[in-house]
Amino acid sequence: VSEPRAIEHLLRELAPQVLGALARRHAASFDACEDAAQEALLAGAVQWPNEGVPENPCSWLIAVASRRLIDELRSEQARRRREEAVVPLPISACSSPPADEPSRHDDTLTLLFLCCHPALTPASQIALTLRAIGGLSTAQIASAFLVPEATMAQRISRSKQTIKASAVPFQLPAESDRPERLRAVLHVLYLVFNEGYTASSGSELQRLELADEAIRIARMLQRLLPGDTEVAGLLALMLLTHARRAARTAPDGSLVPLAEQDRGLWDAAAIEEGIALVSRALSHAPLGPYQLQAAIAAVHAEAARPEDTDWRQILGLYELLERLQPNPIVTLNRAVAVAMVSGPEAGLELLATIEGDSRLVDHHRFEAVRGHMLSLAGDHAGASASFQRAARLTTSLPERRYLESRGRLSRAMLTRRRTRA
Amino acid sequence: MKYMLMIYDNPDTREIFFSEQGAELMREIDAIMEELKQSGELLGTEALADPSTTKTVLVQGGAPVVTDGPLAEAKEHFGGYLLLDCESIERAVEIAARWPSARFSPLEVRPIMDTAGMEM
Repeated sequence: VSEPRAIEHLLRELAPQVLGALARRHAASFDACEDAAQEALLAGAVQWPNEGVPENPCSWLIAVASRRLIDELRSEQARRRREEAVVPLPISACSSPPADEPSRHDDTLTLLFLCCHPALTPASQIALTLRAIGGLSTAQIASAFLVPEATMAQRISRSKQTIKASAVPFQLPAESDRPERLRAVLHVLYLVFNEGYTASSGSELQRLELADEAIRIARMLQRLLPGDTEVAGLLALMLLTHARRAARTAPDGSLVPLAEQDRGLWDAAAIEEGIALVSRALSHAPLGPYQLQAAIAAVHAEAARPEDTDWRQILGLYELLERLQPNPIVTLNRAVAVAMVSGPEAGLELLATIEGDSRLVDHHRFEAVRGHMLSLAGDHAGASASFQRAARLTTSLPERRYLESRGRLSRAMLTRRRTRA
Repeated sequence: MKYMLMIYDNPDTREIFFSEQGAELMREIDAIMEELKQSGELLGTEALADPSTTKTVLVQGGAPVVTDGPLAEAKEHFGGYLLLDCESIERAVEIAARWPSARFSPLEVRPIMDTAGMEM
């Protein structure tokens, strides 16, 4: 495995284990541990392609990181003239740990919880997770989020300082806090995925890789918590959504709506894996929002043609989701299903119940859905007005282009009808 | 989300910022800039030279027509910007409200367009 890409993959797989081993011993110096782990990954990336991958790459990385950490802590100690023994890590930290020690799996999990600590802002949680768990460099993360490297470096260093200042012990959160802390971790992965998924292909290749990265970390988490149905649900949702990536944009970069996508371009292997995951999760309690969203994505994926879509089943799933997580975005999506099952008038009626809801931040989506329903109902003038409003409200260039084209289409329908009359 | 805070000024406000009172205002600006740098929200910032140094360019019949001075005779001119990446527009508005020049002439907060999008 001396091919650079394979080496990078291996290094990034080992990243959380290396940092975990260090942080377990030196929790109070989490920031120094994180720097040392990154330096070790860099050393591996430079040396291994020429010198070959060491027999036990994980131990090699921990040894290098541990040496860097000790140097750093010693010089810090000298600076502070503090009497604190710095104990080198045994090389065995990577092989099977003694029975009384938490496993490396627990280290990775602890690290994930730490990176998504509630004391950090979502932007910091994302940055720290990608660096500490994903093993990405600050420059890579900055370029993926289209911000200057200095800005991203500042976010990462500030979040490490926050963790250090709040003196969070390096251990798994208490059992009672676990569900809420896990929700935060899943949300961070969901945000990373979306950041990558919504990027159009071509010029945005860097960001597209974020979706793969989110899937990779979700897989890692799923291996650590195989019995958690929401972890499986989130992974399934990502796989089923990512399966559409080749079909969701036209060669010119414009967005292709679900109903018009070439389903032959969908990734069959990802769909199969996603469906298997969500089916297994749904057969075990408890039911959660990610599982339901994955189930909805699975119903779409199972339809060979758009007209084969089982909208009744989708409607039932949205009803469940709304009971579990009542919010206007879910209602908006349920309205689409209602329109497909009972006609656009029924959909519009439901939409009216959330119009002006202060929690509805995606106003452009509301207008887009209304435009779609009005156009199904034959009200092309109303549809055109809604699409125009939606186009003005979105902050996404490809969405604006798409919505403007839908508006033009509605006006063309209107003209055609007038000509015919 | 990324936002641009567009700072507008006029001859009177420019006068204030370069007067003695201005030194205190500049210190306030430095403090806010430091805070935004620390929080990882600041992506960039620039101040523009006096509006009278502007060249306005328009191509007419295939040939550029260049005139001295800004596009329109306005009371307020675009004087500089802050480019921010922050949690919400509410946060961006909060920063704008603390910007010292807002006491004399308005700032505009506008979202930056994203090249990413969701299929509908």
